[in-house]
Amino acid sequence: MLERIEQAKKTIHAACEKVGRQIQVMEVCGTHTVSIFRHGIRSLLPENLKLLSGPGCPVCVTDQGYIDVVMDLARRDDCIIATYGDMIRVPGKGGSLESLHRDNIKVVLSTDDGLALAKKHPDKLVVFVAVGFETTTPASAVAVADAASEGVDNFCILSGHKLVVPAMQALLGSKNDKIDAFLCPGHVSVILGSDAYKPVVEEFKRPCVVAGFEGVQILEGLANICEQIADGRADIDSVYGAAVTPQGNKVAWKIITDTFEPCDGPWRGLGVIPGATLKLKNEYKQFDVLHRFGIKEVPTEEPAGCQCGQILCGLLDPPQCGLFGNKCTPDTPVGPCMVSTEGACSAWYKYGK
Amino acid sequence: MCLAVPARIIEKEGDKAVADAMGNRWNIRVTLTPDIEVGDVVLIHAGYAIAKVDEEEAKKTWELFDEIAHFEAERLKAEQQGGDDA
Repeated sequence: MLERIEQAKKTIHAACEKVGRQIQVMEVCGTHTVSIFRHGIRSLLPENLKLLSGPGCPVCVTDQGYIDVVMDLARRDDCIIATYGDMIRVPGKGGSLESLHRDNIKVVLSTDDGLALAKKHPDKLVVFVAVGFETTTPASAVAVADAASEGVDNFCILSGHKLVVPAMQALLGSKNDKIDAFLCPGHVSVILGSDAYKPVVEEFKRPCVVAGFEGVQILEGLANICEQIADGRADIDSVYGAAVTPQGNKVAWKIITDTFEPCDGPWRGLGVIPGATLKLKNEYKQFDVLHRFGIKEVPTEEPAGCQCGQILCGLLDPPQCGLFGNKCTPDTPVGPCMVSTEGACSAWYKYGK
Repeated sequence: MCLAVPARIIEKEGDKAVADAMGNRWNIRVTLTPDIEVGDVVLIHAGYAIAKVDEEEAKKTWELFDEIAHFEAERLKAEQQGGDDA
């Protein structure tokens, strides 16, 4: 293990010295952000290699308008809210789900648990708070397909599911683009397959390397990226091993595309990204709570002074936000990047630099 | 949020299965990995197996979790004693 770490470190330093200028690598995934801090990766890197935290924490990029819809539904006596624990503390207008202290808000570990709640409470509408990237979306798709085939009419989802690759393309297409390469998410790539990054590599000529979450894998991923930049290459590669294949989990991807279709939707901080949000297909629209209640999601303004948007694009580091560490802490979060344990602000606050 | 943990399939019936990681057991679905068998090691995310993984890689992750749990316990102990963070 030590040998692998030393080897990766050596490669990174040699490549960065050869390149000379500042290199900026974005880790797309929030789990990488936390792991980079936890393993003290930054302390091993040369000065001209900067890591940027990207928009890869699903909680962080969920628009406040979405949270507000969840809050409104949670206040209804005819609804039960089933949510992953990650969403429980995200502030919308008038507080978070947790602060409502209502019995109809249930934290679940899987969509199956949400569906079971619907079967147990036939007089209520169970709304599943369906957030997450490609890793998480298949579970929602299976639940909707199960609800349809079993005739569970009192189950709905509020889809906030998002697609990672169009968001990466949007970042590169923006005028503020200063990203040299991407360290690509491990478990999103298990589903997507590493070939999914082809548009980023071919259109934008930026290296995309998939890594797992151990410190040594992150270092090896960075070494691979730095070597590519030094050689003037932009390829897809993976240092994650057997779990990530070029074509991904085709069964899971088919279930996603049978159930959902891409649409234009808001990402917090990045605005509306074309084709980067998933909504239920027409044949499943009765399981879409927006359709069921005729609700329109209204994008809302960010809390005053909150820089989560800039942070999610890699334009600012969390300590550059005026609220960081004083008005905004993990105990009193203002923005979503401080709420989620995988948010950049929470990780910076917890582990410092 | 996209964290997945490796676990071994110890029972399987249809697309439902029981998985074990370091003695922790979960009821999971194998809808997304129809080809897996009892004895295989899979990555589990939100109640679903998402991929078959190599046993050696899984072992490394289990060891890492053990290490983190140990580290966290030490840190909490140090905090409770009012000492510096580990």
